[in-house]
Amino acid sequence: MMTFSIARLRLDSETLAIAFAAVLGLGLVFVAGFANASAVHDAAHDQRHAIAFPCH
Amino acid sequence: MTSRTLTGALIAGLVAGLLAAALNLWALTPLIQEAETFEGATVHVHEDGTEHVHEAAHSHEAAPEGLARSFGTVATTLVAYAGFGLLLGVGMATAARMGHAPGLRTGLLWGLGGFAAIQLAPAVGLPPELPGTASADLAARQMWWALCAASTATGLAALAFGRNAGVAALGVALVLLPHLLGAPQPPSHDGLVPPGLAAAFATRSLGVAALSWALLGALTGLLAQRAPRGALA
Repeated sequence: MMTFSIARLRLDSETLAIAFAAVLGLGLVFVAGFANASAVHDAAHDQRHAIAFPCH
Repeated sequence: MTSRTLTGALIAGLVAGLLAAALNLWALTPLIQEAETFEGATVHVHEDGTEHVHEAAHSHEAAPEGLARSFGTVATTLVAYAGFGLLLGVGMATAARMGHAPGLRTGLLWGLGGFAAIQLAPAVGLPPELPGTASADLAARQMWWALCAASTATGLAALAFGRNAGVAALGVALVLLPHLLGAPQPPSHDGLVPPGLAAAFATRSLGVAALSWALLGALTGLLAQRAPRGALA
């Protein structure tokens, strides 16, 4: 019983870590490739063309 | 295992981002700057049929120049690859929990899969383009790009890890779907950027991405690999 609940706990924290990394990763890609704010766009301009994110 | 994979993926993303930024500044930025001399320019056709290009006076007045411009490229390339690394780490950590242990060689395959999903497949519909190239509505292209990347990634995962023909068929369908729908295209491809310049940019962009993703995947796999016996975990 004890082992089971510890295993469950570990499973859940790993799932959370993976979900957190997925959200953070998507957020970073969004900022680098899609965010519209003009300061972000100007800094990211050459990189967006280079990585072929749709730009302009 | 999971936290090491994710931390390693973030580190690998920053290292691969540095490589990509250096290659971008060397091989791609000069082409972008050359293309900008054509962007916003007008073609003037004389009555006898000869034509010449009037350069735009200042097409990117507000955009940063010089060191600030290079800094922006390096910083945002690092942000993009940190994100790519984390997403690759999410895939590898999930696969590891299903019994597919990460390593250098499998990591390289993951990296090439990421290159196919994020760079190669979207480029089939929307080739990497220089400023001044004719293109369709931005929001429509961004939607298609995101759909294509997600669909290709899911399809490749189904092909790699599926255990029966049905899942494999679904994988093929997901890889083909965005191209059957078709990427948004401009009414005409007439643009002011010389075709040779556009071709060099597209191929170099894919080449830089292939190298950077290969490094990203291999390094993520290497860092996630079970540490040797006796080493700190």
